[in-house]
Amino acid sequence: MSSPQLVVENLEVYYGNIRAVHGISFHVNKGEIVAIIGANGAGKTSTLRAISRWMVKVGPKTRMTFEGHDLLRYPPHKVVSELGISHVPEGRRIFGNLTVWENLMLATYARKDRHNLKRDFDMVFDLFPRLAERRNQKAGTLSGGEQQMLAVARALITGRRMMLLDEPSMGLAPLLMQEMFAALRQINREGTTILLVEQNAHMALKFAHRGYVLETGNLVLEGLTMDLLQNPRVKEAYLGG
Amino acid sequence: MSQIAQQVFNALQLGSFYALIALGYSMVYSILMLFNFAHGDVFMVATYIGYFVAVGLLGLVAASMLPLPSWALFVLTLVLTMFLASFVGILVELVAYRPLRDAPRASAAITGLMVGIFMETGVLALLGASRKDFPALIPPQTFQLGPIYVTNLKILTLGMTLLLLVLLYLLIHHTKLGMAMRAMSFDYAVVPLLGIPMNTVISFTFALGSALAGAAGILYGMSYPVLDPYMGVIIGWKAFVAAILGGRGSIFGAVVGGFMLGAIEILVAATMPSTMRDLIAYSIVLLILTFRPYGLFGEEYSARLRL
Repeated sequence: MSSPQLVVENLEVYYGNIRAVHGISFHVNKGEIVAIIGANGAGKTSTLRAISRWMVKVGPKTRMTFEGHDLLRYPPHKVVSELGISHVPEGRRIFGNLTVWENLMLATYARKDRHNLKRDFDMVFDLFPRLAERRNQKAGTLSGGEQQMLAVARALITGRRMMLLDEPSMGLAPLLMQEMFAALRQINREGTTILLVEQNAHMALKFAHRGYVLETGNLVLEGLTMDLLQNPRVKEAYLGG
Repeated sequence: MSQIAQQVFNALQLGSFYALIALGYSMVYSILMLFNFAHGDVFMVATYIGYFVAVGLLGLVAASMLPLPSWALFVLTLVLTMFLASFVGILVELVAYRPLRDAPRASAAITGLMVGIFMETGVLALLGASRKDFPALIPPQTFQLGPIYVTNLKILTLGMTLLLLVLLYLLIHHTKLGMAMRAMSFDYAVVPLLGIPMNTVISFTFALGSALAGAAGILYGMSYPVLDPYMGVIIGWKAFVAAILGGRGSIFGAVVGGFMLGAIEILVAATMPSTMRDLIAYSIVLLILTFRPYGLFGEEYSARLRL
């Protein structure tokens, strides 16, 4: 078997002197959907941010490689522009003062493969036709669900090799959540590896191929999601018994 | 009546200088939440650069190595000066502000003041205390429009300012760097996640502000052709006041604030003893800020780049 696309070893994340992630190791294979589930404060967001090299500092023993490249050598914008890892951050963080179209255009800033842009825009508007309808509207006037669509669309345009998703289900009504995960599955089918972190364990484990369980900065369980869904500990702690 | 029309032109001319310089404060503030207190001195250095560019080009023309009419000479001087001045802003950011990016804003503000003094004394040391006379790039002419007299320099200043404002608008709204500037003013931190190098956008913002200060320097030098190393202090502070009056971080506000400040100053100068001009003019500004503490177009908690 070929080596995993993303390998994370001994990941420690510090905020000042406080250690939020305690030396975890995991991997993601190309084409997979991997979910990290855990409660609030377990270190999920820190883990994703560490991979993006965004906003957090990692410990000295941490090793992270993506397709053989040492992630620690890349500044955050190059993780996106050179490695093709996109990140949908917690809280969506779309630019409310720009139009939908401008938000998407901005995502092309560092794209070198201009010839693929049309394909990607077509895919985005195919997945989220609502965004095409609202392309000239200020993003700040979109509903919460539409903003989440825009955040995913924007990530899809910035980089397609791997997408990191921080709580994509947050704040979405059940029906919208179903739509969102269907779109993400489609994105995965078109070749983008997906790593998501979720509090909504049920949704995440039904969606992903493999899963990890993160508790107060440590990985306590891992496995195929169909096994995790049957695991008594997961059932007890995350799936409501 | 003709007196009023005359003063309107004076106000528009003064307002043009303030607006062009105020933009530099506002654009940087909208992105970094930082007032670049060295900007008045960036304007001064840019004016000196303009002086050397103008003198150099005039020398070439005199030696008949550069057969250009005076309008082309003016445009060339302006463009070259704006280009060179942009590097002054880039350098100030790189040397003074970038190392303090995560430091308290007060440290950066104090550093800005120091950098300003450094530039003033640096120019003084390099060029001496004697004043430089900005050469006349375009022979002054006075036109009569009905009952009022207006110089070609006033028309040029106003026209060039309006042109630059239109270009700035197009740049901010229709280029990726402009979009990135607006995005960054909305959510500074998230910009790298789109593959956009933050430092490039920040450098570009400083460059843009300094280029506009360079344009202001040329237009100012042509109208008030005496340069000295401290010329940027007062006009810099006044443009800063214009930026505050317009609303911190608001591009539109900086322009309106600049022209408004020019209008208030000229209004007071036309009706009161000249020694009281700034006292009364800035009392009016204080009064406005009492009722609108965030300026005319400022928002309470954010400084979004708006137009």
